Amino acid sequence: MHFQYSSAEHQAESAMSGMWLFLAQEILFFGALVFVWVYCCYQHPAGFRLATQHANLLIGSINTAVLLTSSFTFTAGLLAIERGEPRRLIQACFATIGLGVVFLLLKGVEWFKDVGDGLVPGAHFSLTGPDSGGAQIFYVFYYVATVLHALHMIIGIGLVLWIAWRARRGDFSRAWSTPVEVVGLYWSFVDVVWLTLYPLIYLAAL
Amino acid sequence: MSVTVDTPRVSYLTEENTIGSWLLTTDHKRIALLYFASITGFFFLGGIAAALMRINLLTPTGAIVSHEMYNRLFTMHGVVMVWFFLVPAIPVTLGNFIVPLMLGARDLAFPKLNLVSWYLFMTGGLFATYSLFAGGLDTGWTFYTPLSTDYTKGHVVAVAIGIFISGFSSIATGVNFIVSIHRLRAPGMGWYRMPLMLWSLYATSVIYVLATPVLAMTLILLGFETVFHVGIFDQRLGGDPLLFQHLFWFYSHPAVYIMILPGFGVMSEVLTTFSQKGIFGYKFIAWSSVAIAVISFFVWGHHMFVAGTSVYSAITFSLLSFMVSVPSAIKVFNWLGTLHKGYIKFDAPMLYALGFLGLFTIGGLTGLFVAALGADVHLTQTYFVVAHFHYIMVGGMVSAFFAGLHYWWPKITGRLYPEMWARAAAFLIFFGFNLTFFPQFILGYLGMPRRYAAYPPEFQVLNVLSSAGSTILAVAYLMPVFYLGYSLRHGARSPSNPWHATGLEWKTQSPPRTENFPIIPIVTEPPYNYPRPEDRTRAA
Ligand SMILES: [Cu+2]
Repeated sequence: MHFQYSSAEHQAESAMSGMWLFLAQEILFFGALVFVWVYCCYQHPAGFRLATQHANLLIGSINTAVLLTSSFTFTAGLLAIERGEPRRLIQACFATIGLGVVFLLLKGVEWFKDVGDGLVPGAHFSLTGPDSGGAQIFYVFYYVATVLHALHMIIGIGLVLWIAWRARRGDFSRAWSTPVEVVGLYWSFVDVVWLTLYPLIYLAAL
Repeated sequence: MSVTVDTPRVSYLTEENTIGSWLLTTDHKRIALLYFASITGFFFLGGIAAALMRINLLTPTGAIVSHEMYNRLFTMHGVVMVWFFLVPAIPVTLGNFIVPLMLGARDLAFPKLNLVSWYLFMTGGLFATYSLFAGGLDTGWTFYTPLSTDYTKGHVVAVAIGIFISGFSSIATGVNFIVSIHRLRAPGMGWYRMPLMLWSLYATSVIYVLATPVLAMTLILLGFETVFHVGIFDQRLGGDPLLFQHLFWFYSHPAVYIMILPGFGVMSEVLTTFSQKGIFGYKFIAWSSVAIAVISFFVWGHHMFVAGTSVYSAITFSLLSFMVSVPSAIKVFNWLGTLHKGYIKFDAPMLYALGFLGLFTIGGLTGLFVAALGADVHLTQTYFVVAHFHYIMVGGMVSAFFAGLHYWWPKITGRLYPEMWARAAAFLIFFGFNLTFFPQFILGYLGMPRRYAAYPPEFQVLNVLSSAGSTILAVAYLMPVFYLGYSLRHGARSPSNPWHATGLEWKTQSPPRTENFPIIPIVTEPPYNYPRPEDRTRAA
């Protein structure tokens, strides 16, 4: 416990408010992107429709399911430690990490295919014709959003690993599991970001 | 009243003095000093660029540098001053030092995050500065597209990365302050018992947390557009240059209030102390800070009145911009009410604060000129705008910074500064500032555009006046470096409460120990609980 806090509970509550505020910042960060995205979609409806037709709906949908499950497993871990079962928490952490890695691998495959299909904005963009400009803008947003999301995932996986390591060290108990809760908040947020991106990328063409 | 001069042997300064103990400290007071050192460096770097510009403008054709160099100078001046001095200045230095002390707390809520924020700031700052020197940048601090993405040869992306990184230091500071103010108030300190400095830093932090990420995303998109040449902002490729301006000003207008709100906080502290009188209209001042923070998010469109936005949007943004002046005016009138019948003493912090009142009022009132649609068409992009925002940011904010620095100097260092030198500097800053920037109002009204290295000969007299003023201003800004530096070693030791001020920060020793308070204080009275003027006269 830091010396500016009067009790462990006091510190725990502060840590949670800190994470909530950080997430408020994140909402504005991704919010700006979504705002520009929707604005440009409105400016170039044909280009965006052309581009979204080339999005990989199958991988995107599988990834959505994978990510939702990972939030479920991590929350199960949180509930386990609140019952005082650190072993269960460690198992849940590794399940979460596994699902996170699956997500990133699938995302990697998808990027690989995108690049192979010439869906990279610039002079060699493969979708030609009058709507090419709008489609390129879509792919700028696509890469910015998915790369940023993937970076958040990588940080999240690191945090979950850290939770597992601390749980193994015996840091958490029924009485105190604040970091697990804080990381859970972060992980779920990254999930929510994906749920915002999913319709923008994969469902807009439907 | 007797003053007990305690000469503390142990304090946060004496604790441990290895380089590592400073660079890895999590003590908010030491981090504040790290920030002081960095901020001072950036201030003088930006100042040197300004001085070179003013020298160049002595003659109509440019006295010393080429036109390209001039463009780089005003860009460097703007970027460094805005992002690496004005935006962080008061919160990360005075705020970092004083927030836990005012709260009656031992540190901020997240001390490690506080240290991380300094490293982010330094990384971003040094990276941006290096890029400004290595490649040069000539877009102005606003990075307007398509100039920045298509035409300039400067290092746009590198400078943007520097600003991006340092932006996260602002966010970290904002999160830290908000959580600290919510969670770490001493027992008995309700919201209305907080010093107004905390209210204004709270409002500032809200803007830090909610506006900075939008800038971060804007810079990412700007970087992408520059590298890949796609048309988000470039109209030749189907993009929309106004979109960039909307996003940019969504951050950068609230950022103006990031710069000035902490100054408002310092004003409330200094004016009450040096009139030994309770604040007039506490709740109005407190809530006007919140009102400014909220309204500031809805006025950004006033930067685009002549950029081709619709008339309806312009009218709306004009009205909203007028509205944001109301809470600022409320503050000024309440401060004047505070001075009324006060026991006023003209110590250096008070002189700086009174200078703030005058300069900020001029800056604020001329803001109404440019918020008015008709006047703005004539005045936009002229020196009138330059003078207007310098009156707020330099006249107002830097005066407030100095007021606060002198006010808390005895607390920070445990030493008293040389009073006469400090008063002289306060006068010189006020005089030099007015001589520099008042002529620019006239120049702008006469139609001299900003950001040009050359001008028609009939503007020379006013430009020479302005440059002369800037010389005085430069000397005046250098003076504190010397006399404050001198006082570090040779100043008289300060008692714990040299100004007879209220506030928890004065109830602990000067300089404080690492843990701030041996015992956490309990707050039993409202803030600024000075004797009422009528009681004072009765007693006398
Ligand atoms: Cu503005």
